[in-house]
Amino acid sequence: MSTHVSEDAEDATEQETSEADTETVSPGERRRAEKTERGERLREEAEQAVGEAEETVALKVFRFDPEVADKRAPRFDTFHVPYHKGMTVLDSLIYARDHYDSTLTFRHSCRQAVCGSDALFINGSQRLACKTQLGDLDWPVRVEPLPHQEVVKDLVVDMEHFYEQMDAVEPFFDPDDLPDGDLEEQRQSPENREKVKLSTRCIWCGACMSSCNIAAGDNQYLGPAAINKAYRFAMDEREGETRKEERLHVLEQEHGVWRCQTQFSCTEVCPKDIPLTEHIQELKREAVKSNLKFW
Amino acid sequence: MYEHDVIVVGAGGAGLRAAIAAHEAGADVALVTKLHPVRSHTGAAEGGINAALHEEDSWDLHAYDTMKGSDYLGDAPAVEAFAKGAPEEVIQLEHWGMPFSREEDGTVSQRPFGGLSFPRTTYAGAETGHHLLHTMYEQVLKRGIEVYDEWYVTRLAVTDHDDPGERSCHGVVGYEIRTGEIAGFHASDGVVLATGGLGQAFDHTTNAIANTGDGTAMAYRAGAPMEDMEFVQFHPTTLPSTGVLISEGVRGEGGILYNAEEERFMFEYGYANNEGELASRDVVSRAELTEVNEGRGIEDEYVHLDMRHLGEERILDRLENILHLAEDFEGVDGLAEPMPVKPGQHYQMGGTEVNENGETCIDGLYGCGESACVSLHGANRLGGNALPELLVFGERTGRAAAAGGDIDPAEIETGPAAKAEAGEVDTPVAPGTVGDPEDPVLADGGAQAADPAAVVEDAVAAEEDRVDALLERDGINHAEVRADLQETMTEHVNVFREEAGLKQALRDIRECRERYQDVAVEDPSRTYNTDLIHTIETRNLIDVAEAITLGALAREEFRGAHWRAEHQERKDDEWLKHTLLAWNGGDPELYFKPVILEGEEQTYEPKERSY
Repeated sequence: MSTHVSEDAEDATEQETSEADTETVSPGERRRAEKTERGERLREEAEQAVGEAEETVALKVFRFDPEVADKRAPRFDTFHVPYHKGMTVLDSLIYARDHYDSTLTFRHSCRQAVCGSDALFINGSQRLACKTQLGDLDWPVRVEPLPHQEVVKDLVVDMEHFYEQMDAVEPFFDPDDLPDGDLEEQRQSPENREKVKLSTRCIWCGACMSSCNIAAGDNQYLGPAAINKAYRFAMDEREGETRKEERLHVLEQEHGVWRCQTQFSCTEVCPKDIPLTEHIQELKREAVKSNLKFW
Repeated sequence: MYEHDVIVVGAGGAGLRAAIAAHEAGADVALVTKLHPVRSHTGAAEGGINAALHEEDSWDLHAYDTMKGSDYLGDAPAVEAFAKGAPEEVIQLEHWGMPFSREEDGTVSQRPFGGLSFPRTTYAGAETGHHLLHTMYEQVLKRGIEVYDEWYVTRLAVTDHDDPGERSCHGVVGYEIRTGEIAGFHASDGVVLATGGLGQAFDHTTNAIANTGDGTAMAYRAGAPMEDMEFVQFHPTTLPSTGVLISEGVRGEGGILYNAEEERFMFEYGYANNEGELASRDVVSRAELTEVNEGRGIEDEYVHLDMRHLGEERILDRLENILHLAEDFEGVDGLAEPMPVKPGQHYQMGGTEVNENGETCIDGLYGCGESACVSLHGANRLGGNALPELLVFGERTGRAAAAGGDIDPAEIETGPAAKAEAGEVDTPVAPGTVGDPEDPVLADGGAQAADPAAVVEDAVAAEEDRVDALLERDGINHAEVRADLQETMTEHVNVFREEAGLKQALRDIRECRERYQDVAVEDPSRTYNTDLIHTIETRNLIDVAEAITLGALAREEFRGAHWRAEHQERKDDEWLKHTLLAWNGGDPELYFKPVILEGEEQTYEPKERSY
C-alpha cells in the first residue's frame, strides 16, 4: 500500500461523521436519508431557479416507450426550464432530464453540430437541437422525433433505414489507380477539392431524409444524403472515369436521382448548408451526358 | 455469445484504424461502440495531422519537437515509432480519399502549428477530424468489417490472478442500448480498447458528452494500471459559454490573442517572446488565466482571439468552420469582431499503460488512442499530434492484436514488472473502493474467474446482476453525483493546482464515490435506457477523476501541463519518471517507472523548454 492516509485528516472526517450520527442510525440509513435530502435539494434548487429566473421556456416534448405502461400511448409532457440567453434546445432537454425526469430519452454527444446525433423535429421543422437557439423559436417549443422514421422511444428514432440507404451507394473512395511512389499522394486541384467540399460536410444526421416527401412515399428511394454521398465521390477527380460511370449507373436506377422532384425541403433543413437539391440535379445532368456518350 | 478473433471497443479514429489493420492481418474483427461510428468525437478534431512529408522536414525533427513538447516525459521508442510512421499513415489516408486541403500543384497543404519547428500540419479545412473519421469509416464499410453500434461495453472478461501480469483477457460484455440485451463477445486473439477521452470529468470541456473514460476505467479495474493521469491538456481557445473548441489553426494562420487592454499579451508580458500565440498549449493556457487573474481579462473571464486581419477570403478558405462555431455557439461574427476564448479541458495525455505495440500488462488486452498512454505526449501534447497518434498506434495495435499480425517486440515495459520505485502520497481520505465489495454495483469490472473458458460467461452473469440491481432498487440519480464531481475537478484540478485544493478534490471525489453506492436508475425500461448508460459512465468518471487528482498531488514539480503552486520548477533529478496507479483490488497502489530518453539514433537530453 503506498497511498498514505494522513491520520489527522482521517480523524477529522470521522469526528464529523460521529457528531452527525446517533448510535442507532446505521451508515446505510444515514446515506439514504442524505440522498433523499440531496434529491429534494436538487428538485428545490430547480424549482427555485424556475422561480427566480426572469423567464422560463415551456418545452412540449413527445414521449413514448413501448415497454412502460403509461408511455405506451404517445403523449406530450411539458417541462418548464429556466431560460438564459444563448440556451439551445439541447441545453434545455438536458436540463429537463437531469432536473425533472431522468427517463427523458434523446441522442446527443458532441453538442457542436458535428456528430449528427440530435436531429429532431422542433416546432415543425427538422433541426439539430444543439445548434438551435431557443431565442430564435416561438414558445412553447414543441420537440418531436424525426418524422417518417420509426420511433424507438421518446425522441429516439430507428436510423437503420438511413444507414442502409447510405451503404447502397458504395460510400467509399475507390480510385482506378494509385501513384507508384511509396509516399506519393494523388494530385487533386484546389478547384476540384472546392467542388466536393460542401458535399463532404454531411454528418449523417438524417434531417434531409426525414423532410423529403418522396422518401416518405417510396421506401426504396436513396434519399438526399445517400445521393449527396455518391456525388462526393463521382465528382472527385481522383476516382477516375470508369468508377464515375459505375456510380452514375447506380444513381439513375428507378429509385435514384430521377425520383427527386426538386422541392428543396432537404436543402432547407440541412444543418451543414449542403446544396443537396443542386447536387441531385447536377447528377441528373451527368447521368444524361453519360448515357448520350454511349449512343 | 458473439465470437470474433479481435474485438475493438470504440469506433473513433483509433478503433477504426485498429480494426482495419487487424482485418488486413487476416483476423475476423468486430467493432463494438456505444455510438454509431460517425458520431465519435474524433469528428470534432479541427486543426490537423502532423507528419514530416516535406523533403526539407524529417521524422527526427518531428520526434524532437514532440519530445520537447512532452517536457521530456515521452518515451523515445513511442515518440520515434510515431514520427517515423506518421508520413505513411497520412499518405494512406489520402489514398483512401481523405479530402485534404490542397496547394496549387495538387499536393496536400501543410500549415504551422504550435510547438513545431516546421510547418508540417496537414489539414482539411478546420474540420480535419470529421473528414478523417468519415474516410476511415468508409474503409470499414468497404471491407465489410462487422460493427455493433449502440452496444455499450460495460465490463472486460479477464481471468483472476493476484498478479495482473499473469491475467488474460478473453472478451467483453456488451449491453445493447436499443433492446437491453446483455451479451458476451468472445475474442480469440485480443480485445482492443479505443474508447477515447474523459473530458466529462470536468464541467468546462471541449469533449463530447460521451467522453467518459470508459475503457481507461474498465482496464484499470481489471488490473492494467493508469499512467501519467495528472497530465490533462487545457486548450487555450474554447468558447466561454459551451467549451466548444476554436482550432489552434486560427493561431496557425496568424490569429492574435488580446487582453482587455488590447495588449498582445503573449509578447507584452513575455510569456513566449519567440513563438507568441503559437507557443505550446500549456504555455498559452497559463498565460490567459494569468491575464484574467491579474485583472486584464474581459468580463473577468476570458481573452480575445482576433482573426479579422486575415481577411475574408483566407478565413473562408481555411477556417470557415470556425465562423460557424463562433456564430452558432457564442453568437459572435468572427469576420467582424474578435472571438472570446478561455482555456478548457481538451485532452488526456495519460491513460491505460501500454507499450508501442498497444499491449497492456494483461495478455490479450490492448489499447490505443486517447484512452491509452503509450507514452507519446508525456506532460503535454502538441497540437496536430493526436490524429497521427491514433493512426500510427491504431495501426500497430490492430496488427499486434491479430494473431497473424507481424510486429517487432516492444521496448517499453508494462505492468508490475516495470515498477521501479514505490510512490508516497499524503491523502486526506483513502482512495479506491468503498462499502461491501460483494455489492454488484461495486464489482470491479474484471478478474472474474481463473478459468479462461468460463470467464466471458461469468462476466455476463455478473453484469446481468449489476444491471438488475440498478434497475430494480430505489436510490439517488447519478446526475447530481456527476455534476458535483465535475465541479470540484474544474475548481481544484484545473490549469493551476495547489496542494490544499487537490486535497479538497480528493475529499469531494470520495464523497461522490460514497454517494454513488446509492445510485439507482429510475427508468425501468429495457428500451434505449440512457439513464442506465449514464449511471454506469459516472462510475468510470469517478475512477479517472480520482486517478488524475492522486497523480497531481503526488507529482511535486511543474512539468508540461501540470503546474503546482508549491513546486514551481521542473525537477529532472527526481521526476523524470512516469506515475502509475494500479487498482490493486480496490486499494490503489501508486508507483513509478523511469522515462526512456534514449532513442534509436539520438538521446533526448532534457533542456529548458522555452518558446
